[in-house]
Amino acid sequence: MTELIEKDTWVEIQNIILPAGERAPQVPDDTQQVPLEMRVKGFLVEPAALGDEVEIVTPVGRRLRGKLVDVNPAYTHQFGAPIPELSVLGREVRTMLRQRGQLK
Amino acid sequence: MIDPISYEALMSQRAEIMKQSVGLDYSQYETGVIAFDYERLLADTGYDVSTACNIQKRTAVGNTPLIELKNITALVRVAAKPGKGARIFVKDEAANPSGSFKDRRASLSVHEAKQKNFTGVVAATSGNYGAAVASQAAKAGLRCIVVQEAFDSQGIAQPEIAEKTRACEGYGAEVIRLSVGPELFYVFLQVLQETGYFNASLYTPYSVLGIETLGYELAVQVQQQCRVFPDVVIATHAGGGNVTGTARGLRKAGANDTRVIAASVDLSGLHMASDHDFNRKSFTTGHTGFSMPFTTWPDRVDVPRNAARALRYMDRFVTITQGEVFYITQILAELEGLQRGPAGNTSLAAAFAIAQELDEDRIIVVQETEYTGAGKHPFSQLNLAKQMGVQVMRGDPKDNQPGQRIVIPEHPSQITVTDVDLDHIRRSYLHHAMESLHEGERLSDIDIDFLAAETRSSKTYVQEVINALH
Repeated sequence: MTELIEKDTWVEIQNIILPAGERAPQVPDDTQQVPLEMRVKGFLVEPAALGDEVEIVTPVGRRLRGKLVDVNPAYTHQFGAPIPELSVLGREVRTMLRQRGQLK
Repeated sequence: MIDPISYEALMSQRAEIMKQSVGLDYSQYETGVIAFDYERLLADTGYDVSTACNIQKRTAVGNTPLIELKNITALVRVAAKPGKGARIFVKDEAANPSGSFKDRRASLSVHEAKQKNFTGVVAATSGNYGAAVASQAAKAGLRCIVVQEAFDSQGIAQPEIAEKTRACEGYGAEVIRLSVGPELFYVFLQVLQETGYFNASLYTPYSVLGIETLGYELAVQVQQQCRVFPDVVIATHAGGGNVTGTARGLRKAGANDTRVIAASVDLSGLHMASDHDFNRKSFTTGHTGFSMPFTTWPDRVDVPRNAARALRYMDRFVTITQGEVFYITQILAELEGLQRGPAGNTSLAAAFAIAQELDEDRIIVVQETEYTGAGKHPFSQLNLAKQMGVQVMRGDPKDNQPGQRIVIPEHPSQITVTDVDLDHIRRSYLHHAMESLHEGERLSDIDIDFLAAETRSSKTYVQEVINALH
């Protein structure tokens, strides 16, 4: 049996606002072929399992319904590996300035 | 879920929702079929520079340092002809509470919302402005909702916007994240209608007047440090508020001869509403995808009239490539000890090129920086670019191709700007103006005067261009 996520847990819900093919007329073809999707985070109102249709209370107190897709969602944006094309620049420009006597 | 109301039905109520949510009746400023009294619209808010400064001081907004970039100037002179290479200064707007000049815009918007007894504010923005509104709302005790275009159909978030999501949620805002598409406006309208909150649009008079303090402050600071006003101020240009507010502030300080240059990252070839192109831009703002449409027709916004009207204020409009901006971002960190976010570095890259045109005693001010960090850093953007199949290489910036190839210059002398033909921009503006006319509407003298002011040209020029359109 799927374990229920406790009430008042910080979660994320998802909704499809406009299905594929029913997008605004001005959008390009590639966008027309995919849905307009919305995701919002808030506190779960009743215990539920991932994938359930649930209600949340957002930080401003709004009650929204949608599919439960994530629990305590992580912030995963990062720096990643250094970019070699950038990592050499400091050395290059310092050399140029030294050659002109602008740096020791 | 919000009331299921059809796209068309809600869009048809747009004007009424806007009026309620800004608390401003724009129709009283209409003076012709196109013309409106721009100066009166701004003046009636009551926010002159001194009032705006006082409001901003209460939340520690403004009074940011002006820093001379002596090592970058020295590098400019490596590339420049003898005697050339103007002094470059930067206004360190990252020192504002939420880390960018957008706090100036948000402070007046949130102050106005509070004055008008709104209980909350909504902003449709994927950028720093959202964090600024959320920060100001937190301090003012107002509720805040930010609507972002945040991820593509594969669920891949643009890293810079992911950082804005985190920042807004950190300030206690509700963040509505959407996939790619201009229908964000539909969701935004739904939220305004349902909540009755204030529309903290980027394009209200408050949001633009909030930036006048930036232009004013920098003019005073340069005058105090150098005994003259700056020769050139360069502003990163997207929706037009930055250029408009800064230029107006400079004039109010008496810096009437300072040239204002708008600079944007060249993203030509990429479609702003394309799901495919969304994560291949490597820039989320300050690019031509915003600046071109907004300069040639500013009223394509979420309020009836845009208070940001950049074409009135720019003396010159230049573009710079993605790779050049990433180069200068790295140099700023390593030569000046300033790790700063992407936006201001667009105008800094342009300054690096333009300084080479000017004599050594001339002064250029780059009028903003922003905070950097995970998601907002060149490493984040270039790692995503590589993941999306964009080539990253050293070479001649002329080979940079948005969405295909990002070229990091091999030498600082390769950093150049491309001038946007302002005559072409003016003609495009007038073309849009004529297209906006309804059946049977005719331009009056007041409209022609307005269009001349809008395009910074003359009545004769406007008449000639309009006649040629027929």
